[in-house]
Amino acid sequence: MNSARLLGRWVINSILRLGRATVFLMSTLVGVILIMRRFSLIVQQVFAVGVLTVLIIVVSGLFVGMVLGLQGYNTLVDFGAESSLGLVVALSLTRELGPVLTALLFAGRAGSALTAEIGLMKATSQLAGMEMMAVDPIERVMAPRFVAGFVAMPLLAAMFTAIGVLGGFLIGVGLLGVDSGVYWTSMQEGVDVYDDILNGVIKSVAFGFVVTWIAVFEGYDAVPTSEGVSRATTRTVVIASLAVLGLDFILTSLMFSEV
Amino acid sequence: MSQDEKSNDSLIEIRDVGFSFGDRRIYDGLNMSIPRGKVTAIMGPSGCGKSTLLNFIGGRLRPDHGDVKLNGVSIPSLNRRDLYALRKQMGMMFQSSALLTDLNVFENVAFPIREHTELPDELIKNLVLSKLQMVGLRGARRLMPAELSGGMTRRVALARAIALDPMLVMYDEPFTGLDPISLGVIVKLIHEVNDALNMTSLVVTHDVAEGCSIADYVYLLGNGKVISEGTPEQMSETRSSDVRQFMDGLPDGPVAYHYPARDYKEDLFREWPNE
Repeated sequence: MNSARLLGRWVINSILRLGRATVFLMSTLVGVILIMRRFSLIVQQVFAVGVLTVLIIVVSGLFVGMVLGLQGYNTLVDFGAESSLGLVVALSLTRELGPVLTALLFAGRAGSALTAEIGLMKATSQLAGMEMMAVDPIERVMAPRFVAGFVAMPLLAAMFTAIGVLGGFLIGVGLLGVDSGVYWTSMQEGVDVYDDILNGVIKSVAFGFVVTWIAVFEGYDAVPTSEGVSRATTRTVVIASLAVLGLDFILTSLMFSEV
Repeated sequence: MSQDEKSNDSLIEIRDVGFSFGDRRIYDGLNMSIPRGKVTAIMGPSGCGKSTLLNFIGGRLRPDHGDVKLNGVSIPSLNRRDLYALRKQMGMMFQSSALLTDLNVFENVAFPIREHTELPDELIKNLVLSKLQMVGLRGARRLMPAELSGGMTRRVALARAIALDPMLVMYDEPFTGLDPISLGVIVKLIHEVNDALNMTSLVVTHDVAEGCSIADYVYLLGNGKVISEGTPEQMSETRSSDVRQFMDGLPDGPVAYHYPARDYKEDLFREWPNE
Protein backbone atom coordinates (compact mmCIF):
# COMPACT_ATOMS: atom_id res chain seq x y z
CA MET A 1 0.00 0.00 0.00
CA ASN A 2 2.85 2.28 0.95
CA SER A 3 4.64 1.48 -2.31
CA ALA A 4 1.51 2.29 -4.28
CA ARG A 5 1.28 5.62 -2.48
CA LEU A 6 4.93 6.39 -3.19
CA LEU A 7 4.50 5.44 -6.83
CA GLY A 8 1.41 7.64 -7.07
CA ARG A 9 3.25 10.54 -5.50
CA TRP A 10 6.18 10.08 -7.88
CA VAL A 11 3.85 10.03 -10.89
CA ILE A 12 2.00 13.15 -9.73
CA ASN A 13 5.26 14.99 -9.00
CA SER A 14 6.65 14.00 -12.40
CA ILE A 15 3.54 15.28 -14.17
CA LEU A 16 3.69 18.51 -12.15
CA ARG A 17 7.34 18.99 -13.09
CA LEU A 18 6.58 18.35 -16.74
CA GLY A 19 3.81 20.93 -16.54
CA ARG A 20 6.13 23.46 -14.94
CA ALA A 21 8.81 22.72 -17.54
CA THR A 22 6.31 23.27 -20.36
CA VAL A 23 5.07 26.57 -18.93
CA PHE A 24 8.71 27.58 -18.45
CA LEU A 25 9.50 26.68 -22.07
CA MET A 26 6.60 28.79 -23.34
CA SER A 27 7.75 31.78 -21.25
CA THR A 28 11.32 31.29 -22.45
CA LEU A 29 10.23 31.18 -26.09
CA VAL A 30 8.39 34.48 -25.60
CA GLY A 31 11.57 35.79 -23.93
CA VAL A 32 13.59 34.62 -26.95
CA ILE A 33 11.50 36.82 -29.24
CA LEU A 34 12.00 39.82 -26.94
CA ILE A 35 15.72 39.27 -26.41
CA MET A 36 16.54 39.20 -30.13
CA ARG A 37 16.86 42.98 -30.12
CA ARG A 38 19.75 42.60 -27.64
CA PHE A 39 21.97 40.43 -29.74
CA SER A 40 25.09 41.04 -27.62
CA LEU A 41 23.57 39.06 -24.74
CA ILE A 42 23.19 36.06 -27.02
CA VAL A 43 26.75 36.41 -28.34
CA GLN A 44 28.10 36.41 -24.77
CA GLN A 45 26.27 33.20 -24.02
CA VAL A 46 27.28 31.54 -27.30
CA PHE A 47 30.83 32.14 -26.13
CA ALA A 48 30.17 30.71 -22.65
CA VAL A 49 28.13 27.74 -23.85
CA GLY A 50 29.67 27.06 -27.26
CA VAL A 51 33.21 28.36 -27.56
CA LEU A 52 34.27 27.08 -24.16
CA THR A 53 33.00 23.61 -25.13
CA VAL A 54 35.03 23.49 -28.36
CA LEU A 55 38.13 21.93 -26.81
CA ILE A 56 36.36 18.90 -25.36
CA ILE A 57 34.45 18.47 -28.63
CA VAL A 58 37.56 18.64 -30.79
CA VAL A 59 39.56 16.23 -28.63
CA SER A 60 36.66 13.77 -28.34
CA GLY A 61 35.90 14.00 -32.05
CA LEU A 62 39.51 13.25 -32.91
CA PHE A 63 39.65 10.16 -30.70
CA VAL A 64 36.26 8.87 -31.80
CA GLY A 65 37.29 9.28 -35.46
CA MET A 66 40.57 7.47 -34.80
CA VAL A 67 38.80 4.58 -33.07
CA LEU A 68 36.30 4.38 -35.93
CA GLY A 69 39.21 4.27 -38.36
CA LEU A 70 40.85 1.41 -36.49
CA GLN A 71 37.70 -0.62 -35.85
CA GLY A 72 36.29 0.04 -39.31
CA TYR A 73 39.52 -1.01 -41.02
CA ASN A 74 39.84 -4.21 -38.98
CA THR A 75 36.29 -5.24 -39.88
CA LEU A 76 36.33 -4.12 -43.52
CA VAL A 77 39.71 -5.64 -44.35
CA ASP A 78 38.30 -9.15 -43.69
CA PHE A 79 35.90 -8.58 -46.59
CA GLY A 80 38.40 -6.77 -48.78
CA ALA A 81 36.31 -3.65 -48.42
CA GLU A 82 38.83 -1.33 -46.74
CA SER A 83 38.29 1.12 -49.60
CA SER A 84 34.94 1.92 -47.98
CA LEU A 85 36.58 3.09 -44.75
CA GLY A 86 35.99 6.78 -45.51
CA LEU A 87 32.31 6.09 -46.13
CA VAL A 88 31.90 4.07 -42.92
CA VAL A 89 33.59 6.73 -40.82
CA ALA A 90 31.64 9.58 -42.42
CA LEU A 91 28.23 7.90 -42.22
CA SER A 92 28.75 6.81 -38.62
CA LEU A 93 29.68 10.33 -37.66
CA THR A 94 27.17 12.37 -39.65
CA ARG A 95 24.17 10.15 -38.92
CA GLU A 96 24.78 9.08 -35.34
CA LEU A 97 27.98 9.62 -33.44
CA GLY A 98 28.43 13.28 -34.31
CA PRO A 99 25.06 14.54 -33.07
CA VAL A 100 24.64 12.01 -30.22
CA LEU A 101 28.11 12.17 -28.69
CA THR A 102 28.23 15.95 -29.07
CA ALA A 103 24.89 16.19 -27.28
CA LEU A 104 26.10 13.93 -24.46
CA LEU A 105 29.31 15.92 -24.08
CA PHE A 106 27.36 19.16 -24.35
CA ALA A 107 25.02 18.01 -21.57
CA GLY A 108 28.00 17.14 -19.38
CA ARG A 109 30.03 20.26 -20.03
CA ALA A 110 27.69 23.14 -20.95
CA GLY A 111 24.39 21.74 -19.61
CA SER A 112 25.70 21.14 -16.12
CA ALA A 113 27.40 24.55 -16.13
CA LEU A 114 24.14 26.25 -17.15
CA THR A 115 22.16 24.51 -14.42
CA ALA A 116 24.74 25.26 -11.75
CA GLU A 117 25.03 28.90 -12.80
CA ILE A 118 21.28 29.53 -12.84
CA GLY A 119 20.72 27.48 -9.67
CA LEU A 120 23.34 29.48 -7.83
CA MET A 121 21.88 32.73 -9.11
CA LYS A 122 18.59 31.57 -7.59
CA ALA A 123 20.22 30.46 -4.32
CA THR A 124 21.98 33.82 -3.92
CA SER A 125 18.80 35.80 -4.67
CA GLN A 126 20.21 37.21 -7.91
CA LEU A 127 17.11 36.16 -9.83
CA ALA A 128 14.85 37.60 -7.11
CA GLY A 129 16.95 40.76 -7.20
CA MET A 130 16.39 41.08 -10.92
CA GLU A 131 12.64 40.65 -10.48
CA MET A 132 12.65 43.41 -7.89
CA MET A 133 14.55 45.63 -10.34
CA ALA A 134 11.68 45.02 -12.79
CA VAL A 135 13.92 42.87 -14.96
CA ASP A 136 12.39 39.57 -16.00
CA PRO A 137 14.99 36.84 -15.34
CA ILE A 138 13.38 34.56 -17.91
CA GLU A 139 13.95 37.16 -20.61
CA ARG A 140 17.31 38.45 -19.34
CA VAL A 141 18.96 35.23 -18.11
CA MET A 142 17.15 32.17 -19.47
CA ALA A 143 16.34 33.24 -23.04
CA PRO A 144 19.91 34.17 -24.14
CA ARG A 145 21.24 30.93 -22.67
CA PHE A 146 18.52 28.94 -24.37
CA VAL A 147 19.23 30.51 -27.77
CA ALA A 148 22.97 30.04 -27.26
CA GLY A 149 22.60 26.31 -26.56
CA PHE A 150 20.25 25.90 -29.47
CA VAL A 151 22.68 27.66 -31.84
CA ALA A 152 25.90 26.17 -30.47
CA MET A 153 24.87 22.51 -30.51
CA PRO A 154 24.65 22.01 -34.33
CA LEU A 155 27.89 23.93 -34.81
CA LEU A 156 29.66 21.79 -32.24
CA ALA A 157 28.22 18.62 -33.80
CA ALA A 158 29.51 19.74 -37.21
CA MET A 159 32.92 20.35 -35.67
CA PHE A 160 32.89 16.96 -33.96
CA THR A 161 32.02 15.24 -37.24
CA ALA A 162 34.64 17.09 -39.27
CA ILE A 163 37.38 16.39 -36.75
CA GLY A 164 36.22 12.76 -36.49
CA VAL A 165 36.53 12.32 -40.25
CA LEU A 166 40.07 13.74 -40.01
CA GLY A 167 40.83 11.33 -37.13
CA GLY A 168 39.65 8.40 -39.29
CA PHE A 169 41.84 9.73 -42.10
CA LEU A 170 44.90 9.94 -39.85
CA ILE A 171 44.54 6.30 -38.79
CA GLY A 172 43.16 4.80 -42.01
CA VAL A 173 45.41 6.62 -44.47
CA GLY A 174 48.35 7.65 -42.29
CA LEU A 175 48.76 4.46 -40.29
CA LEU A 176 46.97 1.59 -42.02
CA GLY A 177 47.75 2.43 -45.62
CA VAL A 178 44.32 3.07 -47.12
CA ASP A 179 44.66 5.18 -50.26
CA SER A 180 43.97 8.82 -49.60
CA GLY A 181 41.98 9.38 -52.79
CA VAL A 182 39.88 6.26 -52.13
CA TYR A 183 39.15 7.46 -48.58
CA TRP A 184 37.73 10.78 -49.75
CA THR A 185 36.10 9.47 -52.94
CA SER A 186 34.10 6.76 -51.14
CA MET A 187 32.88 9.45 -48.78
CA GLN A 188 31.99 11.83 -51.60
CA GLU A 189 30.04 9.15 -53.46
CA GLY A 190 28.29 7.58 -50.50
CA VAL A 191 27.29 10.47 -48.27
CA ASP A 192 24.07 12.17 -49.29
CA VAL A 193 23.57 15.81 -48.39
CA TYR A 194 19.88 15.43 -47.54
CA ASP A 195 19.63 11.85 -46.25
CA ASP A 196 22.76 11.94 -44.15
CA ILE A 197 24.09 15.43 -43.46
CA LEU A 198 20.76 17.24 -43.22
CA ASN A 199 19.27 14.53 -41.02
CA GLY A 200 22.32 14.74 -38.79
CA VAL A 201 21.89 18.50 -38.56
CA ILE A 202 18.19 18.08 -37.71
CA LYS A 203 19.14 15.65 -34.96
CA SER A 204 21.72 18.00 -33.49
CA VAL A 205 19.24 20.91 -33.55
CA ALA A 206 16.65 18.74 -31.76
CA PHE A 207 19.23 17.60 -29.20
CA GLY A 208 20.39 21.18 -28.66
CA PHE A 209 16.81 22.25 -28.00
CA VAL A 210 16.11 19.44 -25.54
CA VAL A 211 19.42 19.55 -23.66
CA THR A 212 19.34 23.33 -23.24
CA TRP A 213 15.69 23.30 -22.19
CA ILE A 214 16.41 20.67 -19.53
CA ALA A 215 19.57 22.44 -18.33
CA VAL A 216 17.99 25.88 -18.05
CA PHE A 217 14.78 24.59 -16.49
CA GLU A 218 16.59 22.46 -13.91
CA GLY A 219 18.60 25.51 -12.82
CA TYR A 220 15.49 27.69 -12.61
CA ASP A 221 13.52 25.02 -10.76
CA ALA A 222 16.36 24.04 -8.40
CA VAL A 223 15.81 24.10 -4.66
CA PRO A 224 17.86 27.18 -3.69
CA THR A 225 20.35 25.40 -1.43
CA SER A 226 23.77 23.90 -2.13
CA GLU A 227 22.26 20.41 -2.04
CA GLY A 228 19.40 21.50 -4.30
CA VAL A 229 21.76 22.95 -6.91
CA SER A 230 23.92 19.84 -6.76
CA ARG A 231 20.89 17.61 -7.34
CA ALA A 232 19.64 19.79 -10.17
CA THR A 233 23.04 19.60 -11.88
CA THR A 234 23.07 15.81 -11.59
CA ARG A 235 19.50 15.64 -12.89
CA THR A 236 20.45 17.75 -15.90
CA VAL A 237 23.20 15.36 -16.96
CA VAL A 238 21.13 12.22 -16.33
CA ILE A 239 17.82 13.39 -17.82
CA ALA A 240 19.44 15.17 -20.77
CA SER A 241 21.58 12.13 -21.62
CA LEU A 242 18.59 9.77 -21.48
CA ALA A 243 16.47 12.23 -23.44
CA VAL A 244 19.13 12.46 -26.15
CA LEU A 245 19.39 8.68 -26.49
CA GLY A 246 15.61 8.19 -26.49
CA LEU A 247 15.07 11.03 -28.95
CA ASP A 248 17.84 9.66 -31.14
CA PHE A 249 15.97 6.36 -31.44
CA ILE A 250 12.74 8.14 -32.36
CA LEU A 251 14.41 10.44 -34.90
CA THR A 252 16.45 7.59 -36.40
CA SER A 253 13.34 5.45 -36.88
CA LEU A 254 11.57 8.40 -38.53
CA MET A 255 14.48 9.38 -40.77
CA PHE A 256 16.12 6.16 -41.77
CA SER A 257 13.32 3.60 -41.57
CA GLU A 258 12.61 2.00 -44.95
CA VAL A 259 9.14 0.84 -43.82
CA MET B 1 -3.32 59.55 15.19
CA SER B 2 -6.58 58.12 13.79
CA GLN B 3 -6.65 55.36 11.16
CA ASP B 4 -7.94 57.80 8.52
CA GLU B 5 -5.23 60.35 9.24
CA LYS B 6 -2.60 57.61 9.05
CA SER B 7 -4.02 56.34 5.75
CA ASN B 8 -3.87 59.78 4.17
CA ASP B 9 -0.21 60.12 5.03
CA SER B 10 0.76 56.56 4.15
CA LEU B 11 2.70 55.28 1.19
CA ILE B 12 1.81 51.65 1.88
CA GLU B 13 -1.51 50.37 3.20
CA ILE B 14 -1.85 46.75 4.28
CA ARG B 15 -5.40 45.73 5.06
CA ASP B 16 -6.68 42.46 6.53
CA VAL B 17 -3.94 40.39 4.93
CA GLY B 18 -3.99 36.64 5.48
CA PHE B 19 -1.39 34.22 4.18
CA SER B 20 -0.31 30.61 4.71
CA PHE B 21 2.63 28.49 3.60
CA GLY B 22 0.99 25.08 3.29
CA ASP B 23 -0.58 24.35 6.68
CA ARG B 24 1.43 27.07 8.41
CA ARG B 25 -0.45 30.28 9.02
CA ILE B 26 1.87 33.27 8.57
CA TYR B 27 -0.56 36.17 8.64
CA ASP B 28 -4.09 36.37 9.91
CA GLY B 29 -5.71 39.78 9.48
CA LEU B 30 -2.58 41.92 9.26
CA ASN B 31 -3.12 45.70 9.13
CA MET B 32 -0.36 48.27 8.71
CA SER B 33 0.20 51.78 7.38
CA ILE B 34 3.72 52.72 6.36
CA PRO B 35 4.18 56.49 6.61
CA ARG B 36 5.42 58.38 3.58
CA GLY B 37 8.92 59.87 3.73
CA LYS B 38 9.85 58.14 6.99
CA VAL B 39 11.99 55.19 8.01
CA THR B 40 9.75 52.42 9.31
CA ALA B 41 11.16 49.34 11.00
CA ILE B 42 9.32 46.02 10.87
CA MET B 43 10.58 43.88 13.72
CA GLY B 44 9.72 40.49 15.02
CA PRO B 45 11.21 37.10 15.79
CA SER B 46 12.74 34.96 13.06
CA GLY B 47 10.15 33.14 10.99
CA CYS B 48 7.30 35.54 11.80
CA GLY B 49 6.99 36.53 8.12
CA LYS B 50 8.80 39.87 7.96
CA SER B 51 10.46 39.11 4.63
CA THR B 52 7.16 37.71 3.33
CA LEU B 53 5.72 41.16 3.89
CA LEU B 54 8.37 42.66 1.59
CA ASN B 55 7.45 40.04 -0.99
CA PHE B 56 3.80 41.17 -0.83
CA ILE B 57 4.84 44.78 -1.41
CA GLY B 58 7.19 43.77 -4.23
CA GLY B 59 4.42 41.64 -5.75
CA ARG B 60 6.50 38.45 -5.60
CA LEU B 61 3.83 36.86 -3.40
CA ARG B 62 0.09 37.42 -3.27
CA PRO B 63 -1.79 37.26 0.02
CA ASP B 64 -4.56 34.68 0.39
CA HIS B 65 -6.89 37.54 1.23
CA GLY B 66 -6.72 41.24 1.97
CA ASP B 67 -5.05 44.04 0.07
CA VAL B 68 -1.62 45.67 -0.17
CA LYS B 69 -1.61 49.16 -1.66
CA LEU B 70 1.41 51.18 -2.70
CA ASN B 71 0.63 54.82 -3.32
CA GLY B 72 -3.04 53.87 -3.72
CA VAL B 73 -2.34 51.07 -6.24
CA SER B 74 -3.51 47.60 -5.24
CA ILE B 75 -0.47 45.38 -5.83
CA PRO B 76 -2.10 41.90 -5.80
CA SER B 77 -4.54 42.91 -8.53
CA LEU B 78 -1.87 44.25 -10.93
CA ASN B 79 -1.11 42.38 -14.11
CA ARG B 80 2.49 41.45 -14.85
CA ARG B 81 3.26 44.47 -17.01
CA ASP B 82 1.88 46.99 -14.52
CA LEU B 83 3.62 45.21 -11.67
CA TYR B 84 6.98 45.47 -13.44
CA ALA B 85 6.28 49.16 -14.16
CA LEU B 86 5.55 49.72 -10.45
CA ARG B 87 8.71 47.87 -9.40
CA LYS B 88 10.78 50.51 -11.20
CA GLN B 89 9.67 52.83 -8.40
CA MET B 90 10.88 50.45 -5.70
CA GLY B 91 14.37 49.52 -4.61
CA MET B 92 15.25 46.53 -2.53
CA MET B 93 18.35 45.59 -0.60
CA PHE B 94 18.43 41.85 0.05
CA GLN B 95 20.03 40.26 3.10
CA SER B 96 22.44 38.46 0.75
CA SER B 97 22.88 41.70 -1.25
CA ALA B 98 21.99 39.74 -4.44
CA LEU B 99 24.72 41.43 -6.49
CA LEU B 100 25.23 39.95 -9.94
CA THR B 101 28.45 38.03 -9.50
CA ASP B 102 29.58 38.29 -13.11
CA LEU B 103 29.46 42.11 -13.10
CA ASN B 104 31.79 44.51 -11.30
CA VAL B 105 30.60 47.12 -8.81
CA PHE B 106 30.07 49.80 -11.46
CA GLU B 107 28.09 47.50 -13.76
CA ASN B 108 25.97 46.22 -10.86
CA VAL B 109 24.85 49.74 -10.04
CA ALA B 110 24.45 50.57 -13.72
CA PHE B 111 22.39 47.42 -14.32
CA PRO B 112 18.89 48.82 -13.60
CA ILE B 113 19.72 52.06 -15.42
CA ARG B 114 20.90 50.20 -18.53
CA GLU B 115 17.88 47.89 -18.40
CA HIS B 116 15.25 50.59 -18.08
CA THR B 117 16.63 53.63 -19.82
CA GLU B 118 18.43 54.41 -23.03
CA LEU B 119 20.69 57.02 -21.52
CA PRO B 120 24.09 57.62 -23.13
CA ASP B 121 27.08 55.96 -21.48
CA GLU B 122 28.49 59.29 -20.30
CA LEU B 123 25.32 60.08 -18.36
CA ILE B 124 25.12 56.56 -16.94
CA LYS B 125 28.71 56.91 -15.77
CA ASN B 126 27.89 60.15 -13.95
CA LEU B 127 24.76 58.69 -12.37
CA VAL B 128 26.53 55.56 -11.18
CA LEU B 129 29.50 57.47 -9.82
CA SER B 130 27.17 59.80 -7.90
CA LYS B 131 25.44 56.80 -6.28
CA LEU B 132 28.76 55.15 -5.48
CA GLN B 133 30.07 58.41 -4.06
CA MET B 134 27.01 58.51 -1.79
CA VAL B 135 27.84 55.08 -0.34
CA GLY B 136 31.58 55.80 -0.27
CA LEU B 137 32.59 53.20 -2.84
CA ARG B 138 33.44 55.26 -5.91
CA GLY B 139 37.01 54.01 -5.63
CA ALA B 140 35.86 50.38 -5.60
CA ARG B 141 33.97 50.59 -8.87
CA ARG B 142 36.17 48.12 -10.71
CA LEU B 143 36.10 45.44 -8.02
CA MET B 144 34.09 42.27 -8.49
CA PRO B 145 31.51 41.27 -5.84
CA ALA B 146 33.76 38.40 -4.69
CA GLU B 147 36.44 40.97 -3.78
CA LEU B 148 34.14 42.95 -1.46
CA SER B 149 33.58 42.58 2.28
CA GLY B 150 30.09 41.95 3.67
CA GLY B 151 29.61 45.61 4.53
CA MET B 152 30.80 46.75 1.10
CA THR B 153 28.42 44.41 -0.73
CA ARG B 154 25.51 45.88 1.27
CA ARG B 155 26.62 49.38 0.31
CA VAL B 156 26.83 48.45 -3.37
CA ALA B 157 23.40 46.81 -3.07
CA LEU B 158 22.11 50.05 -1.54
CA ALA B 159 23.63 52.11 -4.37
CA ARG B 160 21.93 49.79 -6.87
CA ALA B 161 18.61 49.96 -5.00
CA ILE B 162 18.56 53.74 -5.32
CA ALA B 163 19.96 53.86 -8.87
CA LEU B 164 16.58 54.76 -10.37
CA ASP B 165 15.64 57.15 -7.52
CA PRO B 166 12.68 55.05 -6.33
CA MET B 167 9.95 56.30 -4.02
CA LEU B 168 10.36 53.30 -1.72
CA VAL B 169 13.45 51.37 -0.62
CA MET B 170 12.99 48.08 1.22
CA TYR B 171 15.79 46.65 3.33
CA ASP B 172 15.70 42.96 4.23
CA GLU B 173 17.79 42.37 7.37
CA PRO B 174 20.39 45.02 6.46
CA PHE B 175 22.33 44.70 9.74
CA THR B 176 22.79 40.93 9.87
CA GLY B 177 26.38 39.70 10.03
CA LEU B 178 28.08 43.11 9.90
CA ASP B 179 31.01 44.28 12.00
CA PRO B 180 30.35 47.38 14.17
CA ILE B 181 31.95 49.79 11.68
CA SER B 182 30.03 48.43 8.67
CA LEU B 183 26.88 48.39 10.76
CA GLY B 184 27.35 52.03 11.67
CA VAL B 185 27.92 52.90 8.02
CA ILE B 186 24.73 51.13 6.91
CA VAL B 187 22.68 52.79 9.67
CA LYS B 188 24.03 56.21 8.63
CA LEU B 189 23.42 55.51 4.94
CA ILE B 190 19.83 54.37 5.38
CA HIS B 191 19.05 57.59 7.18
CA GLU B 192 20.99 59.85 4.82
CA VAL B 193 19.59 58.24 1.68
CA ASN B 194 16.06 58.47 2.98
CA ASP B 195 16.38 62.15 3.80
CA ALA B 196 18.53 63.24 0.87
CA LEU B 197 16.42 61.54 -1.80
CA ASN B 198 13.11 62.16 -0.04
CA MET B 199 12.04 58.55 -0.22
CA THR B 200 10.28 56.13 2.10
CA SER B 201 12.30 53.37 3.75
CA LEU B 202 11.03 50.08 5.09
CA VAL B 203 13.56 48.19 7.19
CA VAL B 204 12.87 44.59 8.12
CA THR B 205 15.09 43.54 10.98
CA HIS B 206 15.24 41.55 14.19
CA ASP B 207 18.00 43.79 15.50
CA VAL B 208 16.18 45.77 18.20
CA ALA B 209 18.91 48.32 19.00
CA GLU B 210 19.67 49.26 15.40
CA GLY B 211 16.04 49.06 14.32
CA CYS B 212 14.98 51.48 17.04
CA SER B 213 17.95 53.78 16.47
CA ILE B 214 17.11 54.21 12.82
CA ALA B 215 13.31 54.14 12.68
CA ASP B 216 10.78 56.93 12.95
CA TYR B 217 8.07 54.32 13.48
CA VAL B 218 8.22 50.67 14.54
CA TYR B 219 5.90 47.74 13.95
CA LEU B 220 6.39 44.60 16.01
CA LEU B 221 4.96 41.45 14.45
CA GLY B 222 4.05 38.19 16.11
CA ASN B 223 1.44 35.44 15.77
CA GLY B 224 0.49 36.66 12.30
CA LYS B 225 -0.47 40.14 13.48
CA VAL B 226 0.90 43.46 14.63
CA ILE B 227 1.39 43.00 18.36
CA SER B 228 2.59 46.53 18.95
CA GLU B 229 3.40 49.71 17.07
CA GLY B 230 4.63 53.19 17.78
CA THR B 231 7.68 55.38 17.88
CA PRO B 232 10.86 53.77 19.28
CA GLU B 233 10.30 55.69 22.53
CA GLN B 234 6.75 54.39 22.84
CA MET B 235 7.96 50.85 22.15
CA SER B 236 10.60 51.02 24.86
CA GLU B 237 7.94 52.10 27.37
CA THR B 238 5.40 49.40 26.49
CA ARG B 239 4.90 46.90 29.30
CA SER B 240 3.18 44.16 27.25
CA SER B 241 4.90 40.79 27.78
CA ASP B 242 4.98 40.10 23.99
CA VAL B 243 6.79 43.37 23.38
CA ARG B 244 9.10 43.08 26.36
CA GLN B 245 10.21 39.57 25.45
CA PHE B 246 11.33 40.73 22.03
CA MET B 247 12.69 44.16 22.98
CA ASP B 248 14.64 42.79 25.97
CA GLY B 249 15.70 39.57 24.25
CA LEU B 250 14.17 37.24 26.87
CA PRO B 251 14.64 33.55 25.95
CA ASP B 252 11.22 32.46 27.21
CA GLY B 253 7.84 34.14 27.23
CA PRO B 254 4.89 34.39 24.87
CA VAL B 255 7.25 33.06 22.19
CA ALA B 256 8.08 29.74 23.86
CA TYR B 257 11.66 28.57 24.29
CA HIS B 258 10.68 24.97 23.47
CA TYR B 259 9.38 23.90 20.10
CA PRO B 260 5.96 22.25 20.63
CA ALA B 261 6.48 18.61 21.66
CA ARG B 262 4.81 15.85 23.65
CA ASP B 263 5.44 15.50 27.38
CA TYR B 264 9.17 15.14 28.14
CA LYS B 265 8.73 12.20 30.56
CA GLU B 266 6.46 10.40 28.16
CA ASP B 267 9.03 10.95 25.41
CA LEU B 268 11.87 9.55 27.51
CA PHE B 269 10.00 6.32 28.31
CA ARG B 270 8.69 5.78 24.80
CA GLU B 271 10.27 2.93 22.86
CA TRP B 272 12.75 4.68 20.58
CA PRO B 273 11.93 3.78 16.96
CA ASN B 274 8.23 3.81 17.72
CA GLU B 275 7.59 7.49 16.94
